Amino acid sequence: MILVEAFNWILANPGTFFSAFNRHVLMCVISLGIALVIAMPLGLVVARSPRAAFVAINVAGSLRSIPSLAILSAAMPFLGIGLLPSVVALVVLAVPPLLLNTVVGIREIDPSVLDAANGMGMARRDIRWQIEIPLAVPSILAGVRTSAIQVIGGAALASFIGGGGLGDFINAGIAIMNMPRLLVGAVPIALLAILTEVLFGWIERSVTTRR
Amino acid sequence: MIRLDHVTKNYEGSGRHAVDNLDLVIETGTTVAMIGPSGCGKTTTMRMINRLETPTSGRVLVNGRDVAETDPQELRRHIGYVIQQVGLFPHMTIERNIATVPRLLGWDKARTNRRIDELLDLVGLDPAVMRRRFPHELSGGQRQRVGFARALAADPEIMLMDEPFGAIDPITRVRVQDEFRQILKKVRKTVVIVTHDLDEAIKMGDRIAIMRDGRLLQYDTPAALLARPADDFVASFLGLDRAIKRLNLITVEEIMDRGHVPGPVPSIAAEASLQHALARLLADDLPGLAVTGTDGSFVGYVSREAIFSAQR
Repeated sequence: MILVEAFNWILANPGTFFSAFNRHVLMCVISLGIALVIAMPLGLVVARSPRAAFVAINVAGSLRSIPSLAILSAAMPFLGIGLLPSVVALVVLAVPPLLLNTVVGIREIDPSVLDAANGMGMARRDIRWQIEIPLAVPSILAGVRTSAIQVIGGAALASFIGGGGLGDFINAGIAIMNMPRLLVGAVPIALLAILTEVLFGWIERSVTTRR
Repeated sequence: MIRLDHVTKNYEGSGRHAVDNLDLVIETGTTVAMIGPSGCGKTTTMRMINRLETPTSGRVLVNGRDVAETDPQELRRHIGYVIQQVGLFPHMTIERNIATVPRLLGWDKARTNRRIDELLDLVGLDPAVMRRRFPHELSGGQRQRVGFARALAADPEIMLMDEPFGAIDPITRVRVQDEFRQILKKVRKTVVIVTHDLDEAIKMGDRIAIMRDGRLLQYDTPAALLARPADDFVASFLGLDRAIKRLNLITVEEIMDRGHVPGPVPSIAAEASLQHALARLLADDLPGLAVTGTDGSFVGYVSREAIFSAQR
């Protein structure tokens, strides 16, 4: 059974496996963090103007259609190899869903809620922090989930440009035609993605049921 | 007192006045119903009072002060604001919704809490049950009651209400109208209520302002308006049944013949409206009705002719 062989390989080489695993997770968390810092404030600003929101939604939409491999490969000629170009490429991958969902989350707020807030004398900043952001949270969380899954999958390709991570096992497995080695990379990536989906799905639901 | 002084509002590119040289004085403690066809400028007029809209020219004065010179947020915190879709914050409990303005004004917790209970009682909702609920758990009528309580939270002198009953089903609407009218009478507010429903305007307003194409056509008490429409448009807006509507504004007690107390004939209560009395007369084909006081004793008589002449 190749799955058992893969598992045995991990038990025999825990240091190699976990350094790749940690690298993978670190890459994802950093990229996602940077993407959040870019996409959320941008989304909040852009959502105010219908025209800017329209442009943002369309640009983000077309960025999303670029395959992950193309983005990662495109980073190499400009930034060389290693962690940095990988993270930059993953950020490009992660920003569109986050931006999209932030803008949609804000724009879907019932206008009468904002009219009431305004009419009661809430300041612009109060409306932003007490009304707009909390009401957009479920939508933003859905964006984080989509982005996280994109990034976890995308990070598997970082290996091609020397970014490291679990993709290294996949590449090695293919190169030496060693299927168990390939699964050492592939299965944990799949499990990470599923776990993220389930976890964020649960967080989203627990936040949304309160309204 | 609210005073609109030659107020005009143009929207860029619309090519016409949304509000056209409007002069209007709203006395302290009175309720004014603003009515007219859609696009007549009634909502825009209301929204200029709390600076949600800015006049192109002219002034809006609240208690003698030009609102253009006030801080808009400060101004709005002291003017209650109720809208058709209520606009409760869906992610906040009822108590937090009601506490919005007290929070902005920096009230302490104990005072805010007392006020929330007081207001929920006032609008007929049980604080013990309602405080921790979320807006989606309430019916339309309950939501508007909470919206009303939220607007009253900091005890503002002025209340602006934009079609406050528009989103409530017709049966609940009548009850909520009655309740709000009682409450507004009790708390003595200066109220501007925008509506497109004539019966609502007659019921709620001490005075009615009829608008069309941004201009004020007539500003009068309901009785005067129904009796003497200023022009053909107002007359047709009020409808052919305005004479009957007017009977609704007069009670039997006001016109009954106190000297004439007949024997046990069909009777009607003294506080009933003439419309009600006429309906009884027509239904049972009677020449007149005995009038009973609150204790049930006969206090007078109202005849068909008396009702007809009250109309004139």
